[in-house]
Amino acid sequence: MPELIPAPEPKREKFPKSRLLLLPAVLVIGFFLVLPLVIIITYSFLVPATFGGVVWQFSTEAYTQFLFERDIFDETLAFNAAYLQIFLRSVMLAVSATVVSLIIGFPTAYFIATRPDRQKNLLIFLITLPFWTNLLIRTFCVLLILRDDGLVNSIAIGLGLYSTPVTYLYNDFAMGAGLVYSYLPFMILPLYANLERMDRRVVEAAYDLYATPRRVFTEVILPHARPGIVAGSLLVFIPSLGTFLVPDMLGGGGKLLIGNLIQLQFGSSRNWPFGAALAVILLAAILVVLMLAARRSRVPDTAERR
Amino acid sequence: MAILQRKEPHSLISFRGFGSVTGLCLFILYVPMLVLVVFSFNANRAVTVWGGFSLQWYAKAAYNGGLQNAAWNSLVVAVIATIVATAIATAAALATGRGQRFRGSQAFYMLVNLPLMLPEIIIAVGTLSFFALLGMKLSLLTIIIAHTVFCIPFAYLPIRSRLETMDARLEEAASDLYASPLDAYRHVTMPLLMPGIISGAMLAFVVSLDDFIITAMVAGAGSGTLPVYVYTQLKQGVTPEINAISTVLLAVSIVLVAASYFVAKAGSKHVRPATEQP
Repeated sequence: MPELIPAPEPKREKFPKSRLLLLPAVLVIGFFLVLPLVIIITYSFLVPATFGGVVWQFSTEAYTQFLFERDIFDETLAFNAAYLQIFLRSVMLAVSATVVSLIIGFPTAYFIATRPDRQKNLLIFLITLPFWTNLLIRTFCVLLILRDDGLVNSIAIGLGLYSTPVTYLYNDFAMGAGLVYSYLPFMILPLYANLERMDRRVVEAAYDLYATPRRVFTEVILPHARPGIVAGSLLVFIPSLGTFLVPDMLGGGGKLLIGNLIQLQFGSSRNWPFGAALAVILLAAILVVLMLAARRSRVPDTAERR
Repeated sequence: MAILQRKEPHSLISFRGFGSVTGLCLFILYVPMLVLVVFSFNANRAVTVWGGFSLQWYAKAAYNGGLQNAAWNSLVVAVIATIVATAIATAAALATGRGQRFRGSQAFYMLVNLPLMLPEIIIAVGTLSFFALLGMKLSLLTIIIAHTVFCIPFAYLPIRSRLETMDARLEEAASDLYASPLDAYRHVTMPLLMPGIISGAMLAFVVSLDDFIITAMVAGAGSGTLPVYVYTQLKQGVTPEINAISTVLLAVSIVLVAASYFVAKAGSKHVRPATEQP
């Protein structure tokens, strides 16, 4: 807009008053979320009280307990892989759920992104909707499907595939299925946002230059989608790693993951420092993954210049 | 679904089989929920054997005292947490304006998004430890505080994206016409921002209504919300009554989210695209 009359120079304040409006958000989140994280880190270095809670006395016992078992008679430490195994199982399951979500989610996101606008909006709305529904109830839905007398067994027996119900619940398969079902929309949404912005002419140009569909996919589309793949994978991996409901409802009592192990320490086991230490370990694992992802998500320069 | 098979004009950039995967994806996402809904109308007591249509489980649920109490708790928590979180989020959105950078802006966006990034179980045990340290008795109040925190980012995002698409010249025009900042704010900014605020408030309400893990950790005796009630009942065995309650909860979320989506969309018709701003 051409300036006919020079507007008075707006007064530049070093700290505009409107920034004060940030204060409630900063205070509430800082006080009720950041401070609790600090408390969790502190608690992980304390001694458990008998009926839950902590005794204010410094100790690294909680972290020792993660890897070692202390002999009750001579106080010697022996390596104990039980908790490490639970942690590794959680990581493996979260990785598997992320990979499966990517395999199903990528073609879906791509397909939706290449639809005409009306269809695109409807489809993406249908993908988003389950995200807003109750996670407990959605996990319960998986339980209904996979039960011995659930839909999967009824259909398979009806079709004559087998005659006695197969147990699908209370194992790693059930937990993996539950994770994919819970977090699949998290994979699709960032992928869709990324692929929707992709310049279609680049794909067409690749075909014009006699690229096969496979090469177009691996050398044009995948490099472009990389930030979306990283973002989607993070959004599936992080909640999968900390999941409580999935192992609790679909894993049965025997199959613990780190999420319900933490809950157990604050609940019936009444060992808050150990639970806090587990939460800190989980938090550290997530930070490491986030830092790795920040490095990987950049689109490689070569792909841009080529 | 016809939409998945129709031949479309941009066939060059599509890949064979991707439509089928999309179909599979929607199938995976919706069939389990459909099963729940269908069996909530089942006359048979056995949860997964069909015995004819019946509304008896809804009737039974409606007269269940424990359930009524939990539903009331859910409503109180969701209403208060939504109002507080939306007010805080609106203030924050007005301060961050149209996404300009300022000193500490990066840190602020990280802080606001923190509740979304952390696994719920960590927030749950952290908040529990916090209340224990303060010596606060677990009650509806502790649930409301915990909910307010994680509702803020859900309310903030739609309000902020609404602000970004609003035409800044309207507010400038108001002050050119000698509106005081307060008047410009009351008669121009607020009405324009309203669809974003309503949409954000609805999402915050849904998120509060749906939360289980954090609520279960910070709920005192008798202050459990609906999901906590459903969980306790599930642990005692799956009943058709649970199907009915769950179906109602699903329906409430879906209606609110759909409404929020349409409010945000209908409002955006009267807004100029952000690209026209200098």
